Amino acid sequence: MKAYFGRRYTLSASHRLHTDALTDEENAAAYGKCNNPHGHGHNYGIEVLVGGAVDRETGMVMNLVDLDQVVRQQVLARFDHRNLNLDAAFQGQVPTTENFCRVLFSLLKNALGAGELEHVRVEETENNFFECSAE
Amino acid sequence: MIFLTRRATFSASHYYWNEAWSAEKNEQVFGRCANLNGHGHNYTLEVTVAGEPDPVTGFVVDLKWLKGVMEREVLSVYDHRHLNLEVEEFKAGGLIPTTENIAIAAWKRLEAKVNEAGSAKLSRVRVYETPEIFAEFRGEA
Repeated sequence: MKAYFGRRYTLSASHRLHTDALTDEENAAAYGKCNNPHGHGHNYGIEVLVGGAVDRETGMVMNLVDLDQVVRQQVLARFDHRNLNLDAAFQGQVPTTENFCRVLFSLLKNALGAGELEHVRVEETENNFFECSAE
Repeated sequence: MIFLTRRATFSASHYYWNEAWSAEKNEQVFGRCANLNGHGHNYTLEVTVAGEPDPVTGFVVDLKWLKGVMEREVLSVYDHRHLNLEVEEFKAGGLIPTTENIAIAAWKRLEAKVNEAGSAKLSRVRVYETPEIFAEFRGEA
């Protein structure tokens, strides 16, 4: 029987929304306060949902200790208390939360193996969030 | 199609233990959750139904009615109980009361009652064990 197991994490990081494809004026118009040259930060909420058959012996889709280890290695160790713009994943794309969400989905998908990761939700503030799934 | 969700909370105790395993293996796999004296959580149950709004009332289902179904079918059985000792599906020889299995068991308790109203179908049951840990079941095989 297929069920889903979800876990929430938080990480704090800074970013600046700016692209060399636009002029300074166009960047300011597109990104507003988020274009501040010195950047700014968020406490991101990360929700990871994995799907799969419930193991008959454990009653679990996935052991949370194993999920925590993957998320810690792939996501928290790399992005928590860092500047997203300086990460290799954002050399060539703007660290919007949409793009951050796609980066996290791809990192976790590869680390968890095929078919397990259902979605990643990234909450940038309490009032906005983004979801990326396998589609 | 509109998805409507109602939330409720219940408090219960449980532990994780597989009778087929040694004590060492239970402790290795389940960690602190294998303490046979049990421990407890404030659970949040989220029930989502899917349907079209009624042309007269504008409701997919009456939320008051859904609250009653949740209370009768799930909360009255789980709230302030020891799941392993007092709830049929989790008693010895039954399911381990993991969050996944609680979501599936709650779905089974709710499905017929929610669907018999005719206006909407049960779409999703999500159970939060803590604000950071949850499981959901969508009725998939």
